[in-house]
Amino acid sequence: MIEIIAYIFIVVGLIFDLFGCLGLVRLPDVYNRLQASTKCVTLGTCSILFGLFLFRGFTASGIKALLCIVFLILTAPVSAHAIARGAHISGVKLWDKSVCDKYEEDRQTDARQERRE
Amino acid sequence: MNRRLRWLLGLLIIIALFVGIIFYPPASLLEWQSISLMRFFFILSLCCVFCLFRILRGPTPADRVVSIDILGILIVGFCAVLGIPTGRPWYIDIGIAWALQSFIATIALAKYLEGKGFEE
Repeated sequence: MIEIIAYIFIVVGLIFDLFGCLGLVRLPDVYNRLQASTKCVTLGTCSILFGLFLFRGFTASGIKALLCIVFLILTAPVSAHAIARGAHISGVKLWDKSVCDKYEEDRQTDARQERRE
Repeated sequence: MNRRLRWLLGLLIIIALFVGIIFYPPASLLEWQSISLMRFFFILSLCCVFCLFRILRGPTPADRVVSIDILGILIVGFCAVLGIPTGRPWYIDIGIAWALQSFIATIALAKYLEGKGFEE
């Protein structure tokens, strides 16, 4: 019974991985690709690791899988945020149909305040 | 016309890969656990092929950094799936080490994209 639940978790994680990578190929912009692929692939890999934990129970590999889930959830958003910030500062253009760019407005108001001072 | 033809070709390739994943190992040969593990490996390899396509084709360096990050997370998933049939506990150790290394590499590449030095 618990094997079947573990297989269901792994299959759901693989579906998340597949659609995240499809978004990485298909979407038009760096930021769209980043926000589609990072979240989906992180959640899918965490689901695969949780399936491995359900297989093994509280043995060495199961507890290491839980540790790996915590580590991935802590580090993946940080790296995605760093990539987005670096891409925006290095001058990658947004897609021409995107609606607003709050970070650019913030940087312009900061530059104006520095000039006044 | 050319654009629509390319779209149709990509759709056909993706449908062919799905059908190959579902029907390739005939279900009467093996027991269902090994067949499903084979299919998990095929789906993860398909995701890696998508990431490699974006690394080759990406118009800006930021695209390549994104797909290298995604590839690192996918390899952790590979190590987890490898740990199921073999029963060895050290595959997941490789996964933890790979996640740590991929995180540090992504932070360094993002700093490089910002155009600053590594010392701050």
